[in-house]
Amino acid sequence: MLAFELTVQGLIQGSIYALIAVGLTLVYGLLRILHIAHAALFTLGGYFGVLVTNATGSFGLAIIVAMVTVGGLGMLVYRFCYEPILDRPPHVALIASIGLFIALEEVFRLVFGPYGISYTAPPLTASVAVAGMNLKQAEIMVMAGVVVLIGGLAVLTRRTRVGIAWRATVTDPAMAQSFGIDVIKVRYLNFFIGSALAAAAGVMVALLNNLVEPTMGSVPSYKALAIIVLGGLGDVRGTLIAALALGVVESFGTIYLGTILDRDAIAFVFLIVVLMIRPQGLFGRA
Amino acid sequence: MDYEIILMTLAGIAVIAALGLNLITGFCGQISLGHAAFYGAGAYGSAMLTTNGVSFWLALPAGALVAGALGLVVGLASLRVRHDFLAITTMGVGFLFVGVVRQQDALGGEMGIYAIPDPGLGRLGYMVLVVVLAGLVAAFSLYLKRSWMGFAFDAIAEDEDTARMVGIDAARYKLTAFAMGTAIAGVAGVLYAHEIKYIGPDSFGFPESIAMLAMVAVGGIGSVGGVAFAAVVMTVLPHWLQVVAEYKLLLYGALLFAVMRFSPGGLAGLVRSWRARAGRFGIAATGKDEP
Repeated sequence: MLAFELTVQGLIQGSIYALIAVGLTLVYGLLRILHIAHAALFTLGGYFGVLVTNATGSFGLAIIVAMVTVGGLGMLVYRFCYEPILDRPPHVALIASIGLFIALEEVFRLVFGPYGISYTAPPLTASVAVAGMNLKQAEIMVMAGVVVLIGGLAVLTRRTRVGIAWRATVTDPAMAQSFGIDVIKVRYLNFFIGSALAAAAGVMVALLNNLVEPTMGSVPSYKALAIIVLGGLGDVRGTLIAALALGVVESFGTIYLGTILDRDAIAFVFLIVVLMIRPQGLFGRA
Repeated sequence: MDYEIILMTLAGIAVIAALGLNLITGFCGQISLGHAAFYGAGAYGSAMLTTNGVSFWLALPAGALVAGALGLVVGLASLRVRHDFLAITTMGVGFLFVGVVRQQDALGGEMGIYAIPDPGLGRLGYMVLVVVLAGLVAAFSLYLKRSWMGFAFDAIAEDEDTARMVGIDAARYKLTAFAMGTAIAGVAGVLYAHEIKYIGPDSFGFPESIAMLAMVAVGGIGSVGGVAFAAVVMTVLPHWLQVVAEYKLLLYGALLFAVMRFSPGGLAGLVRSWRARAGRFGIAATGKDEP
């Protein structure tokens, strides 16, 4: 029974990781940038979620506002931060992104205060008995929300013209362009959707913890990197599996390895072991 | 005067650590986001020795050795993975180091190690030692840059596959770069531990790795003078300007971003382009890269 509960808790945590990491892997797949500042957009999503819910009382509206505004900001980040340095060596964008992330975290601290904010009336707190264990409504909401969002992404990329153009650009930008696809628009779309998903994850974490603080992005920022590397950099399906797997491994690891290793270091043991055996990641192609 | 001496000491330590990273990332092109782990390995190694009665002069090389050995192991990883994968692996090593140290009671755990013995040189003497060591590391870096090994590093940084094609044993050089750069970080760590006299897991976390990378990137990746200059300025400035200390991280972040966005060559790149521009107007220009 303990194993079952640990697995469920791991899957909840893993689905949050998945939402954050998918945006990151989309950006990497298209532009070969390790977009560390992505986690800052995740934090901002959390702030918007709490602020809008507290102001209007509607949690649904908060999610939508957070996703749209943060998605828009993601496009601005691309336009003003990454586009001008795309033709530089990869470490340039990486370091710029780290700088941007640190600066944004400090901006959050200065604007929203260092101690974090909470919901005045936390939504979805009732608990529900599922298969013999008590889950909070919020936890069920999070899992359902992740399935809807990722499912929506899958439908978008497989069934619509926009999605097909997107995938074509990821596979071969030059060829896609010669078929008349506006590659630049695809990049904006990519940043919009990736950032919106991160914002949704931020709102959900805010819901689960009932707290948003300036530094809440720092752990996900590097953990999401470990996940997308495990998933084979740029591979969406691999990233999803890696995220869920890491969630479960962590929830077991905390119980069984907690005395010798920090919870947050488990991801990297997992990562280093996998990379030494398969340098292209769990699911990446050589 | 004591205050200035402490600042100089800390600046010298930062120069040593940053030049060590510059050797790996700047000269050999292997990006490392976990340099603070080696800095920490040196600090912990020597602190464990000196708190158990071993002399500082033995602990100094021992700390370098511990860090260099750990660096060699991580260097082996650089043979398996490259570029972005390597950046994340080294970042992982950094987190792993902190995560493991935090849970080891033998290493002081969360509380860290207190009351690290004084090397007995006095404040001024210790500063002189640090500055001399920083000078030696800088001189060694400059020598290395013009040596055969430096050229090999350069070739690997530029294009590893081509370097291999012309017969450069890339694996051996990469391992050498990691071992040397991390041993230098170890020296910096030893000096830090015996200056501050207290170390804990949080002294060597991700922010410290980023701070070192910031020094290298802002100074100009691969430029010895630029990196040393940036290390001094970025250590001293927050202490001098209390306003800056308040917004230290914001400035670090913004500076890192701005330098990469507007002048990816760092300060050294700026100086170079100013010289080139001056040259166009008939003022002296050698056309050679500044070291």
